[in-house]
Amino acid sequence: MNYFVNEKGYFGDFGGAYIPEMLYPNVEELRTKYLEIIADEGFQKEFHQLLKDYVGRPSPLYLAKRLSQKYGANIFLKREDLNHTGAHKINNTIGQILVAERLGKKRIIAETGAGQHGVATATVCALRGLECVVYMGEIDIQRQAPNVARMKMLGAKVVSATSGSKTLKDATNEAMRDWINNPIDTHYIIGSVVGPHPYPDMVATFQSIISEETKKQLIEQTVNDQPDYVLACVGGGSNAMGMFYHFINDEKVKLIAIEAAGKGVDSGHSAATTALGKEGVLHGSRSILMQTEDGQVIEPYSISAGLDYPGVGPQHAHLFKTLRAQYVSVTDDEALQAGLLLTQLEGIIPAIESAHALAYLEKMKFTGNENVVICLSGRGDKDMDTYMKYFGL
Amino acid sequence: MNRINKLFQEKKNILSIYYTAGYPNLGDTVAIAEELERSGADLLEIGFPYSDPVADGPVIQASSKAALDAGMTLKLLFEQLKDLRKTVSIPVLLMGYVNPLLQYGVANFCKSCAEVGVDGCIVPDLPMAEYEELYANDFKQYDLTNIFLVTPQTAPERIQKIDSLSNGFIYLLSSSATTGQNLQVSEGTEAYFSRIAALKLKNPTMIGFGISSKETFDKACQYANGAIIGSAFVKNLKSDDVSGSVKDFMKTFKP
Ligand SMILES: Cc1ncc(COP(=O)(O)O)c(C=O)c1O
Repeated sequence: MNYFVNEKGYFGDFGGAYIPEMLYPNVEELRTKYLEIIADEGFQKEFHQLLKDYVGRPSPLYLAKRLSQKYGANIFLKREDLNHTGAHKINNTIGQILVAERLGKKRIIAETGAGQHGVATATVCALRGLECVVYMGEIDIQRQAPNVARMKMLGAKVVSATSGSKTLKDATNEAMRDWINNPIDTHYIIGSVVGPHPYPDMVATFQSIISEETKKQLIEQTVNDQPDYVLACVGGGSNAMGMFYHFINDEKVKLIAIEAAGKGVDSGHSAATTALGKEGVLHGSRSILMQTEDGQVIEPYSISAGLDYPGVGPQHAHLFKTLRAQYVSVTDDEALQAGLLLTQLEGIIPAIESAHALAYLEKMKFTGNENVVICLSGRGDKDMDTYMKYFGL
Repeated sequence: MNRINKLFQEKKNILSIYYTAGYPNLGDTVAIAEELERSGADLLEIGFPYSDPVADGPVIQASSKAALDAGMTLKLLFEQLKDLRKTVSIPVLLMGYVNPLLQYGVANFCKSCAEVGVDGCIVPDLPMAEYEELYANDFKQYDLTNIFLVTPQTAPERIQKIDSLSNGFIYLLSSSATTGQNLQVSEGTEAYFSRIAALKLKNPTMIGFGISSKETFDKACQYANGAIIGSAFVKNLKSDDVSGSVKDFMKTFKP
């Protein structure tokens, strides 16, 4: 079974580039050049140098002792929260800004949900001196205020997306409209493994550093590089794809993707895409999305802005359909409790997105010596408001 | 011969009007078509609304949302169009995004179009390769036209390929833009239109996106077989006087 992209830009039945003609030249330019650009020795050198000296990689793989004790397994946390800017998102923006430079682009646009991708994009734009415009849903601007301030301080223009559900989906629409209207000098840094081919493959490639490091670190810390379980939360699916990437072809390793159930999968307020969705096209690729019978996209809900998205990347749709990975969900409440638990057992405040992955531990059964790796995709600083309100701190 | 080919054989300076099905009132779809034909429109593009119209500007975003909120669906649209051909004789295209089409089923969609007398469609986010490989046969079977878009950035070889797959007209975008902006004919635009003319395409061309006045319409007609008006028309529709607002708008084009 091929779990990776084929020469037509598909992962099994999913992927492709369902875009209007106005976007075709830009996407085609990227498609024909990205592999060559990324494979170039100079690119690789610069990319890895920046990941090391600027982002602070490799991120630690931390055996969480007290958490392990509680659940009766060896639980390793891949500490993407310790990256510069506080989440895995920067792995991708470093890669894409280097691609954009090599394509001769002068202006960068991005969409953001939690603001982590927006901050990571604004950061690399400051680093390289490029103009930056970030689209963010009106509701997310309210619930992620610290990140909005960071983007502004970094010199980015933050544009409020006021259509639809006023969250990530609508910010993505606005970014695509911007790209249509600026067809020559602009590169769109998509923040997850979504969008038209080649984005899902390109973003996964940049995020794959997560599992590349994890395998090496597991060999140093355990007897082999084959954990029993690998867990990650899924919004669009980039931290999960990075975390899964080098384990995908090792079928002994069980992959678990955790989606946001919001107030419950059947509550009408959920973002559990694979549970509630059907095959269709969203934001340029064929995948699984939450939609009505008429093909209208359903507005998702999650307390976590980064998981509040009605689709998943096409590679996830493929892993789901082929049963290579298991897709599950946890509710707002379960995630917040897991966030508090990690904070009090390990002294790590996780992003609410990442707390979704942690919450699934409650539902797993262990015999005592399984090795479990969880992607701790980001830190919780941006979520303090939500935590404080929820726990009455 | 289908209605579209016949139109282009017989007429020049073709005026095509886009509007969103179910807007301003859910039941207006056919009444607007009738009024447009009476007022001199040559061709109609009826938009079936989508929740995430990435190629559209604010006006068509708003009309789409209003139509969806009122309950418009593809299924309902085909019901509304059931007796279209009793009162409307000019060619009609449906325009919309690919996801509603996929959920309806492409073959099923083509069949419904043929049943109600729709002549073809424009689906900007249906890629050429997927169309050719998966759906072109369905379109052929029901003698439907699929209209492709070309922008100033579309490469000449791709335009040739689009020409070979087309059998109605080619939709030239005045610039790479979302709908609803004003056409500015700069030297660059003129060069682009001349470039297209020099390719000697087998299909006629229509210019769309940004045509908002008689003046821009006339300018577009210098370079193509006609032009398409969308946002400017939709913006003018009044929910309490639909036929009056259609008539008023059309007067400026066909006095
Ligand atoms: C910390 C964190 N984790 C996860 C996500 C979800 O995105 P993805 O599924 O692409 O990893 C986000 C998105 O903003 C995030 O900020």
